[in-house]
Amino acid sequence: MTGRSAEAPSAEASERSSDPRLLLRLTVNGAEIEREVSPRLLLSDFLRHELGLTGTHVGCEQGVCGCCTVMIDGRAARSCLALAVQADGATIRTIEDVASADGTLHPIQQAFQECHGLQCGFCTPGFIMGVLSHFEEARMPDLSEDGIREMLSGNLCRCTGYQHIVAAVRRAARLMNLDGPEKG
Amino acid sequence: MKPPLFDYLAPVSVEEAIAARARYQSSALLAGGQSLIPALNFRISHPEAVIDLKGIESLRGVELQGSEIVIGAMARHREVELDEAIFKANPLIRETLGHVAHIVIRNRGTVVGSLAHGDAAAEMPALFLATGGSVTARGPGGSREIAAGELYRFHLTTSLEPDELVTEARIPALPARTGWSFQEFARRRGDYALAGVCALITLEASGACQGARLSACGIASTPVRLVKAEEVLTGTSLETETVNEAGRAACAHVTAPDDNQTTSAFRKQLVQTLVTRTITRALARARARL
Ligand SMILES: Cc1cc2nc3c(=O)[nH]c(=O)nc-3n(C[C@H](O)[C@H](O)[C@H](O)COP(=O)(O)OP(=O)(O)OC[C@H]3O[C@@H](n4cnc5c(N)ncnc54)[C@H](O)[C@@H]3O)c2cc1C
Ligand code: FES
Ligand code: FES
Repeated sequence: MTGRSAEAPSAEASERSSDPRLLLRLTVNGAEIEREVSPRLLLSDFLRHELGLTGTHVGCEQGVCGCCTVMIDGRAARSCLALAVQADGATIRTIEDVASADGTLHPIQQAFQECHGLQCGFCTPGFIMGVLSHFEEARMPDLSEDGIREMLSGNLCRCTGYQHIVAAVRRAARLMNLDGPEKG
Repeated sequence: MKPPLFDYLAPVSVEEAIAARARYQSSALLAGGQSLIPALNFRISHPEAVIDLKGIESLRGVELQGSEIVIGAMARHREVELDEAIFKANPLIRETLGHVAHIVIRNRGTVVGSLAHGDAAAEMPALFLATGGSVTARGPGGSREIAAGELYRFHLTTSLEPDELVTEARIPALPARTGWSFQEFARRRGDYALAGVCALITLEASGACQGARLSACGIASTPVRLVKAEEVLTGTSLETETVNEAGRAACAHVTAPDDNQTTSAFRKQLVQTLVTRTITRALARARARL
């Protein structure tokens, strides 16, 4: 079952005999959802296992790799470092909601495609959600090499060597007219 | 891994949260979760109850009250970092927060959570020491103030009682004629630093050093004030040789043994370099404010 580990519980943990259920109400990608969940269920597992939104990937479950990044109330956050119950009343956006309903890619996705910003793609949803949140937050994103690398520093990619991802961010900013009027 | 079993409570007032703590033998407060949830996932932490502070209205926000910055327990790192009024009141805060983890972690993690967690390598506890801040801790018996210098006992260990809750932290605004700098060395961007140094240099109108407050993270079992370096600077005219001597004096505060990240000798070198660099930067900024 989701969120239940096969390993033997430690002495301290065994004091808890039952797994309580709590009612969770939240909005995910525009849909209102109501579910009963265990308090220890991670938001990443809720999205993947309960809602089938497997675009949110899970790599490390310790906040380091960034591939589980989603938006919680408009801000990028690690879904592996949030309990599903913490998201009660929140609005969640995942990678599944980024492209248009007709399949047209978001400019950030288009830029990743054009610039070869991905190879295996495992890290890509996390990168896209992080960049999307950053572009929505910053009035003037810092598009210098350093600024882009700072923006991406919370996400790991084992394939690309990052060069193409940096190029994709710059291209995305261009496509979204975030790079200033006279630059080109 | 996945968290162990626990009861989850979401109180809507501080009183309710404290009453909830008293009902359990072991409980953990959940602020941003950026340290607690990894610890739960690793099964390093297995509290009977997790008490989520997100529903307590009075713990939100950050504001300037007179000459003090008051940071509510649920104010996120990123919220404090981007606040223009706070930046104007004490620019050291934004400079330091820029080194705490990554933006996405800072979107969730809280300043007070970081202060209460008490990681010896964390940046904000070092800033807290250098600026001379304080926290308000509320427990079943009422409220008390804890000065920054009284808070840290050991790595991840503070003088907070297990049934207490920090409601807010206060950090003084930057004093007049004072320059600031935070610099660190980490192997990868966003990692906890091998060493980080915070410097505040206050000048007399004549340009001589009226006082220096220096602190470091990552070099001992708690964040530390670098008093030996401070003593070297106070009352001098801060010549290059004096600044270098302060760097050498600061090495005496490095007590972290060789560990799996680096050696004690390398940490000493780092501290020496970071101390001279932060003093130099803070001094230039202080002179610009004379
Ligand atoms: C990948 C990664 C990298 C990181 N890198 C850094 C870094 O470089 N530097 C750094 O400083 N931090 C780093 N962090 C930690 C981050 O800054 C945390 O946000 C912070 O340490 C804790 O804040 P929180 O709000 O998330 O606290 P939580 O995780 O919610 O709580 C942490 C602890 O503090 C206690 N606590 C929280 N609030 C209170 C309160 N009001 N009163 C009493 N006790 C309380 C909790 O019970 C718990 O024990 C990193 C985290 C991750 C996941
Ligand atoms: S799975 Fe969440 S950061 Fe790696
Ligand atoms: S494309 Fe494979 S990990 Fe990034």
